[in-house]
Amino acid sequence: MDDMNITNAQYVVNDATNQNAVVKCDIDGREWHIPMNPANRHYAEIMRQVAAGELTIADAD
Amino acid sequence: MSKAAELAALIGSQSALSNRNIIINGAAEIYQRGAATTTHNGYAVDRWQHKGSNSTTSTSNQDTDAPAPFINSIKFSAGGASSGAAEVAGLCQRIEGNAMTSLGWGTSAAQPATLSFYVKSSVTGTYAVSARNNGVDQSYINTYTINSANTWEYKTVTFDARTTGTWLTTNGIGMRLWFDLGSGSNFDGTAGSWTTNNHLTVSSQADVVGTSSATWFVTGVQLEVGEQDTAFEHRSFGDELARCQRYFTKFSYLDGDYARVGWMIATSSTAGRGSIRLPTTMRTEPSSAMTGTPRIEGTSAKNLNGLGQSGNSSTNNLGVDPSFDSHGSAGDVYHIDTGPNGGIECDAEL
Repeated sequence: MDDMNITNAQYVVNDATNQNAVVKCDIDGREWHIPMNPANRHYAEIMRQVAAGELTIADAD
Repeated sequence: MSKAAELAALIGSQSALSNRNIIINGAAEIYQRGAATTTHNGYAVDRWQHKGSNSTTSTSNQDTDAPAPFINSIKFSAGGASSGAAEVAGLCQRIEGNAMTSLGWGTSAAQPATLSFYVKSSVTGTYAVSARNNGVDQSYINTYTINSANTWEYKTVTFDARTTGTWLTTNGIGMRLWFDLGSGSNFDGTAGSWTTNNHLTVSSQADVVGTSSATWFVTGVQLEVGEQDTAFEHRSFGDELARCQRYFTKFSYLDGDYARVGWMIATSSTAGRGSIRLPTTMRTEPSSAMTGTPRIEGTSAKNLNGLGQSGNSSTNNLGVDPSFDSHGSAGDVYHIDTGPNGGIECDAEL
């Protein structure tokens, strides 16, 4: 695991599909947009923290 | 090593004459982020991950202290506190699985791998460098010795062929190559043989991270098939940059003017949809972030308030739904600029 400090996680919807497409969050104090792709290290860490109960992803606006 | 010996070594190792170095940016020339990192698992020099999980800050950055003909090295500066049992300190390159298929690890065709590098440290003694798989249930530790403080020394070690274990040959982590600089005792193992433990150091490892003001430098890192080290494979700067951009790409300001890196069409006076073409195929769909304030420009320039990576991205393209200071109307076309006030980073590191 990478022990990233992830906060303010929120889904972003793809307007064309109306499905969650990206997670917007702050990683170590910077805002990032994370594709929902398990091969992406940020998304993998987000999923690990969610599974561990360390992080909650808010619904899209 | 003489020319004849080099040639004999190459033939003996059945190694390729080119593209034999599995390590990317072994000479530390590529420094896209352009800044030191103190973040555990953060990156300063491309492809080299800083490891410093204890509470005292250690630092990694590019340095110009290097043995000729190298012009750069990676510098690790100690925070001055020893690691706790479960804490780590070091420098790691996570090697993509499909970049190390020539080793054949995990198969009956496995080959040994030889690591060579130039190293310099203010702390003399025993050091560990290890190879582990993605699942960290396969590990092999080699040791080397720093004989003289603050003096460049050339080192070479060999990892025995590993015929068992799961070694990814995909775009996941194939190998974790780790230079230890004082990790905790939970990671202590025995050098010189494969184990099924998550070991990356030895109990006699020099405590660089715990030594106030200690420094450790490395450059000319090469990992190749076979039991024989060969001369460092100097690749062109452009070749090495492209290899690094598979994992991290930074669109930034280089020459004093703004660079047009993408295009967008406004869907309102404050939002749009656009695309940024990536310079090389990235390992996986990247994450993205702005540094500072990039801008859009059509009939006039406006600051980007958010890049808004969308789901319409790939390994070749960053789809974006930018938001920007109010300007124009739906249907207007703008270029997306990076420049003196802001850039864009794309991350597909392992």
